[in-house]
Amino acid sequence: MKLRVSHGPHLFARETTQTLMLDVIIALMPTTLAGIYIFGTRAALVIAISVISSVLFELIWQKLMKKRVTITDLSAVVTGLLLGLNLPCNVPLWMPVIGSAVAILLVKQLFGGIGHNFMNPALFARAVLLASWPLHMTTYNLPQRLFLGSETALSGVDTVASATPLLSIGKLTNTDLLIGNIPGSIGEVCKVAIIIGFIYLMLTKTITWHVPVTFIGTVIIMSYLIGVDGIRAVLTGGVLFGAVFMATDYVTNPMYRLGQCIFGVMCGIIVVVIRKYGGYPEGVTYAILFMNCVSPLIDRYSKKKIYGEVKKSV
Amino acid sequence: MSKNDNNLRGVFINGIFNENPTFRLVLGTCPTLAVTTSAMNGIGMGAAATFVLIGSNVVISLIRSFIPNKVRIPAFIVVICTFVTMVQMLMQAYLPALYDSLGIFIPLIVVNCIILARAEAFAAKNNVIRSAADGLGMGLGFTLSITLIGIIRELLGTGMLFGNQLLGSGYEPMLLLVLAPGGFIVYGLLLGIINAIGERRKKNNKGVTSA
Repeated sequence: MKLRVSHGPHLFARETTQTLMLDVIIALMPTTLAGIYIFGTRAALVIAISVISSVLFELIWQKLMKKRVTITDLSAVVTGLLLGLNLPCNVPLWMPVIGSAVAILLVKQLFGGIGHNFMNPALFARAVLLASWPLHMTTYNLPQRLFLGSETALSGVDTVASATPLLSIGKLTNTDLLIGNIPGSIGEVCKVAIIIGFIYLMLTKTITWHVPVTFIGTVIIMSYLIGVDGIRAVLTGGVLFGAVFMATDYVTNPMYRLGQCIFGVMCGIIVVVIRKYGGYPEGVTYAILFMNCVSPLIDRYSKKKIYGEVKKSV
Repeated sequence: MSKNDNNLRGVFINGIFNENPTFRLVLGTCPTLAVTTSAMNGIGMGAAATFVLIGSNVVISLIRSFIPNKVRIPAFIVVICTFVTMVQMLMQAYLPALYDSLGIFIPLIVVNCIILARAEAFAAKNNVIRSAADGLGMGLGFTLSITLIGIIRELLGTGMLFGNQLLGSGYEPMLLLVLAPGGFIVYGLLLGIINAIGERRKKNNKGVTSA
């Protein structure tokens, strides 16, 4: 009989970065497929280019820097997928490539690779693209195909050019908003698909409820406080997508539960404040990026005291 | 005599490469980030700062033995202010366009760390000629650096260079680079590249001497 001698701890989890990332990819599939169904093959092309270029940039950088190539951990695939889902389907095809370069090279690899980025790479790339080519990023094609029925209040219009479709959706019903019969970025329109993804992430324990629930809850409450329909505030724009897939990134989140709740509430407040008073009609991107930057501070504040630890006298 | 000449050249070159104020000393970052939205702004800012640097270095070096140690910083500032005021008035009279585009950053040359740092670290301890060489070297180093940043930001951010359309109409300018975040990103990337080159050179030199 062979005995293996090893040091503790002997507990062993099967989760690796790869399996976690795979779970995120599976959770993103409903909204990806819904986006492709709604916006057509052009959306699939944008997503594909985004994913492939993200992986390629990671591969090229790690080869050039003579580092261990880690593309099999699928994190670059997730970044590329998230970036693609954050773009309108009719952007020029070089834009996802530049976005991937910003996300992978500038935000992720220059700061030390996976686990060291201080901001969500895909979201920062979106912010860069939005600031650089605002026209492309804010021209939204109308859905090509609709779920349930064939007409919405926007039928007969070709494109909607506005900072977000938030401005032109006044006439749409809540059902249209929920199933995604609206213009918008590829991944953000079909709320049902996002909710399915959220349930999958919860069931596989990939994420906890803290950030998404406090984020969305705060947006609803804050919206009612300033006299806006809170449910519609969540069903329009990128709140749901951002809260479920963007704000829950492990690296750029506070580590403790209390911190995550503070993170979510602050994100929600900033979103509503930007929507109501800011120069932009939508603020999910900037809210999450800003909170990414302060999450180390939140961590310091919300750190749990170990039992028996004595408070240091000042 | 020849040794002294070498020394002067060393002082001059030092400001451009080894102790480049922008990329090695990381001084004067405020104008570096703020005015480098175009190549012309970079040259204008650099020229103004160079003039002030040479002038203040020379004057401070001349009067360095009269200045009481306790009030040396206010004394330096007064000298620097004099030259900045001259630059400001000259520029307003003869280069009004540049004066308008540099705006508040011309009077702010007074608090540019490069100038005060060279007054304190160099001019207050060296003779007039060496101080002038140091001012010229540092000024040129600063000018070259911010012009380089200005060229990159103007070219990619607007498709133009010195106001001339350079990249064809098919190029869609990356607006971000002429906005504030673009300044930080370009400066940071150049800083990183130059540091990496410096590290590599140091390693190579070590390899040679140890072998």
